[in-house]
Amino acid sequence: MSLVSIGHPLASAGEQLRVLSEPRRQLKPFEQSLAESGLLPLTATGITVLQINVGKLCNQTCRHCHVDAGPDRRETMARETAEHCIRVLAQTDIPTLDITGGAPELNANFRWIVERAKTLGRHVLDRCNLTILTVPSEADLAGFLAAREVEIIASLPYYLEDETDRQRGEGVFAKSIEALRSLNALGYGQEGSGLRLNLVYNPVGAFLPPAQAAIEADFRRELLRRHGIVFNSLYTITNMPISRFLEFLLRTGNYDRYMEKLVSAYNPAAAAGVMCRSMLSVGWDGTLYDCDFNQMLELRVDHGAPAHIRDFDPGALARRRIVTGQHCYGCTAGAGSSCGGATA
Amino acid sequence: MSGYYHQEDLPRFSEMGKNAPDLWKKFAEWYGAVFAEGALTAREKSLIALAVAHAVQCPYCIDAYTQDCLEKGSNVEQMTEAVHVASAIRGGASLIHGLQMRNAAEKVSM
Repeated sequence: MSLVSIGHPLASAGEQLRVLSEPRRQLKPFEQSLAESGLLPLTATGITVLQINVGKLCNQTCRHCHVDAGPDRRETMARETAEHCIRVLAQTDIPTLDITGGAPELNANFRWIVERAKTLGRHVLDRCNLTILTVPSEADLAGFLAAREVEIIASLPYYLEDETDRQRGEGVFAKSIEALRSLNALGYGQEGSGLRLNLVYNPVGAFLPPAQAAIEADFRRELLRRHGIVFNSLYTITNMPISRFLEFLLRTGNYDRYMEKLVSAYNPAAAAGVMCRSMLSVGWDGTLYDCDFNQMLELRVDHGAPAHIRDFDPGALARRRIVTGQHCYGCTAGAGSSCGGATA
Repeated sequence: MSGYYHQEDLPRFSEMGKNAPDLWKKFAEWYGAVFAEGALTAREKSLIALAVAHAVQCPYCIDAYTQDCLEKGSNVEQMTEAVHVASAIRGGASLIHGLQMRNAAEKVSM
């Protein structure tokens, strides 16, 4: 169940921000850490990725989801907003379109967006939950993605069933393996095919991810040995203390310790390489954000930059000052975390 | 003081350097080097540490290395096996002393 559907206070971005900024936590403000690293104000270095979140509808309800996505969510990007996004791609040289959700493939305009971006010669990423590929109505989806050489970024938090299902729901691991096999059969993850299949690891609990290279080696060995599955790369992503994961942290008494861990593991090199400096995030309604996490906290781009895709101003947005908060420690802990994995 | 062990003491470990900074510095450097990736991986070393933590029955170490094993990518199945290794050695260590008992009994018996 999504937090919204049960009327949980943490469904509100304002309540999440209130919890994160509670002074009793005695945690160093994120901006102070940035200042001590010589990174304040944190500014964008350009826009190499346009990430569009096409909606919160999903066929899964993962326990850590920062979007609070689920089958009950109805927010979805309309064609008009999608057209604005494609127009921005056409008017700029932004090389990569990163499509996320929810399950982005459930948006009625998903295939249109992919087709248009490919026509413009852009690299397209699909952040796929894997199980959507096993839904009968989406039987031709994997073939569609392969034919357009869409890079797939697939969530798989662990190479074992128990851990995966505890985070993503009962039966998800088995369906994910089925989907990965069908992707491999199409050439995804196979050397020389040009069809890239990358997996995403994120911790099944209140702890930081392992070293990316080490856990990638474990996944590669175990998925091949147990299931005959291959993939290109594995990205480690730290669980962000917002939305459902924040609710989990508070409910289980893990919040203080997790935040202290994130703050004590602050890494200036990871802070210098945070993804928000080179990407722009678009919400389902066209609002602009520095990243998908800020989007869920309703922290739109600020400091004078236009905040809607219809007002896109490449000059102002490419040099904008990033909006930060205590949740940003999630991207700067240890080896860093981003939509492309570790950053330091 | 309500008891001998407090979870909130774990992050205060470095306070042990307050009256012996040179010794603490040496310990911290050596400790860091021990757990660095080497002939054994950092993940393997963490599993060994978890097993030893159970053998020496240190609640702080069990807490710290449970977290560390998870952060090195180990799963609970592997961690449980590591604890069984520690337990087997502890159990075996008791049992092998049974030969002392048998030797002593044999010596005084007809």
